[in-house]
Amino acid sequence: MDAQPTRLLPRRLALGAAALSLLAASVFSQGAMADSVNTTGLAVTDTEVTVGQLHSATGTMAISETGSIQAERLAIEQINASGGILGRQIKVIQEDGASDWPTFAEKAKKLLVGDKVAAVFGCWTSASRKAVLPVFEKENGLLYYPTFYEGLEQSKNVIYTGQEATQQILAGLDWIAKEKGAKTFYLIGSDYIWPRTSMKIARKHIENVLGGKVVGEEYYPLGNTQFGSLINKVKLKKPDVVFTAVVGGSNVAFYKQMKAAGVTAAKQNVLTLSVTEDELLGIGGENMEGFYASMKYFQSLDNPNNAAFVEAFKAKYGKDAVIGDVTQAAYLGPWLWKAAVEKAGSFDVDKVAAASPGIELNSAPESYVKVHDNHHLWSKTRIGQVQKDGQFKVVYESGLIEPNPFPKGYQ
Amino acid sequence: MEWLSEFGAIAAMQGFNGLSVFCVLLLMALGLAIIFGQMGVINMAHGEFLTIGAYTTFVVSSLTEQYAPAFGPYYFFFAIVLSFLIAGAIGWLVEWAMISKLYQRPLDTLLATWGLSLVMQQTFRSIFGAREVSATLPEWLMGSWNPTETIDIPRNGLFVMGLTILLTAIIFLMLYRSRWGLQVRATMQNRVMSRAVGINTKRVDRMTFALGCGVAGVAGAAFTTIGSTGPTAGSLYIVDTFLVVVFGGAASLFGTIASAFSIAQAQSIMEFFMSGSMAKVLTLSAVILILMMRPQGLFSIKVRK
Repeated sequence: MDAQPTRLLPRRLALGAAALSLLAASVFSQGAMADSVNTTGLAVTDTEVTVGQLHSATGTMAISETGSIQAERLAIEQINASGGILGRQIKVIQEDGASDWPTFAEKAKKLLVGDKVAAVFGCWTSASRKAVLPVFEKENGLLYYPTFYEGLEQSKNVIYTGQEATQQILAGLDWIAKEKGAKTFYLIGSDYIWPRTSMKIARKHIENVLGGKVVGEEYYPLGNTQFGSLINKVKLKKPDVVFTAVVGGSNVAFYKQMKAAGVTAAKQNVLTLSVTEDELLGIGGENMEGFYASMKYFQSLDNPNNAAFVEAFKAKYGKDAVIGDVTQAAYLGPWLWKAAVEKAGSFDVDKVAAASPGIELNSAPESYVKVHDNHHLWSKTRIGQVQKDGQFKVVYESGLIEPNPFPKGYQ
Repeated sequence: MEWLSEFGAIAAMQGFNGLSVFCVLLLMALGLAIIFGQMGVINMAHGEFLTIGAYTTFVVSSLTEQYAPAFGPYYFFFAIVLSFLIAGAIGWLVEWAMISKLYQRPLDTLLATWGLSLVMQQTFRSIFGAREVSATLPEWLMGSWNPTETIDIPRNGLFVMGLTILLTAIIFLMLYRSRWGLQVRATMQNRVMSRAVGINTKRVDRMTFALGCGVAGVAGAAFTTIGSTGPTAGSLYIVDTFLVVVFGGAASLFGTIASAFSIAQAQSIMEFFMSGSMAKVLTLSAVILILMMRPQGLFSIKVRK
């Protein structure tokens, strides 16, 4: 009588313990699954991975950054629709840098420390990137940066999906020197780091490699709206090429006044580094008709990847939406991250960063890119000629160019 | 001989450029000369009233293109009038809702209008999108006019010049030759006394502010021919605008004209011989120096102290 229950109890206990341990094992094994792809405590669950988006949705830079925000969203939606990354859907936390650099740094810290995001797609100006860089390096985050920029930087915590200066500039100058027999150049830029660095590289290339001559080099304050005197100086010097990197509202004023002063493509070659389809919206195609831009991407690129991309972009953002160089580069960010995460089999920043070099993207709208050891992309440079309708006609395409953020002999 | 004729052409174009910059500065400063000069209101949102004019022109241009392409060559005049009315109406509302409560507190006005400018910028962004837009200009406003082979005179420059002269003349007549102008000047010089002799000073204030904003709207419409149209386009002009008005001496239309002329010529000539940034630095330094010696500006009203 006594013996039965005493024997039963342990059996029940044993059963319960077995069930519990089974349960625990399943919980732990799942935990182990999330752990194996995430050993550093990032915001990764079994079904979701959280990333950050950090651009200016308000303030002066919203003009430029809107396209990047849209493109990154589109890429993330497409990745989610095709099954996500390592079986996880991407969740986005969007922060607004508000065109203010300290705000960028603060929001970057919030995303990395507070939200523990696995990657951040963001920044546009070099100033905002420089502001967040120490945060990303200290907190070991991963930033995908979309803008073509001046180079002279490399970080294991940043993947640069736009072109660095030499990629964009040298091919453009080579083309115009060969195609138009250009010997004399007039360099014009807005007065801050990107145009100044770019023009420095351009001058070295013109003088040392092309054997040409720089007949003028001018910088105007950001936001300058009167270019009459400058245009007269250009007329006086009669350069073969006017080479420009003017940005923002100044850009619009500059080209409108060039047109009004009778400086048109029929009389003057103009090659620019800073006009994409986005800027043309504000300038008006008719004011720049026939001028050239040197970029890695134009909306009019004729290849199947780009056709699909343009169609998807317009389906989401309206038929009048335009896509500029940086917008396309921003679109690459999430796809490059996906490829690197899958190659690494992990969301850990160190592993993803280590897996990134060598990643190829055959589905890129610009046709093909490959991540270099220096975290920049191998890419082609194209020359586009401005059309009246605000699009570019691609007149030249280079081979694949190696990124070289610290060019020897150009500094 | 050839270089001489070319030199002449460049000199002519550069001379025109100086005048053109003068007209642009004067046009953007006229509205503020009325608001800040006559009323003493530091309107930091002045640039955004310019932007209202620019966006009005853009909307009229798009509508014309879509519904009445034949009207294309002439829409610009209509856009200018509409810009004046819309910017003026919004100015009227702003004065009624905000400025009228703050007349005795100039520093609060500064903060409040600065806040207003941010609100307006974000409103533009919400309505028209963050990207810049571009009004399609009629053919006759584009390109250059060639009196000789080598001289290009910008047509939009000529247009802005004509508009500036017309507007300045109208404002001069209104301020100095009309009954309303008399009331405005009386109110600004002695509000209490004006009220005592039966001037409705509240109404004068409101109309003056609305007029100043309307003039800013016209300037904004004209600037679509030479500059950008975006949510923050107005902020490109605000510094120069205040510079011209303060340098000229508040409360003096002649001062504003003289100041716009001297700043424009200095800027234009120096830009030709040195870099743009350097020219700006020297111009601003000169203005600061002169203001240190003459804090009331170039011209000022003589009052018995």
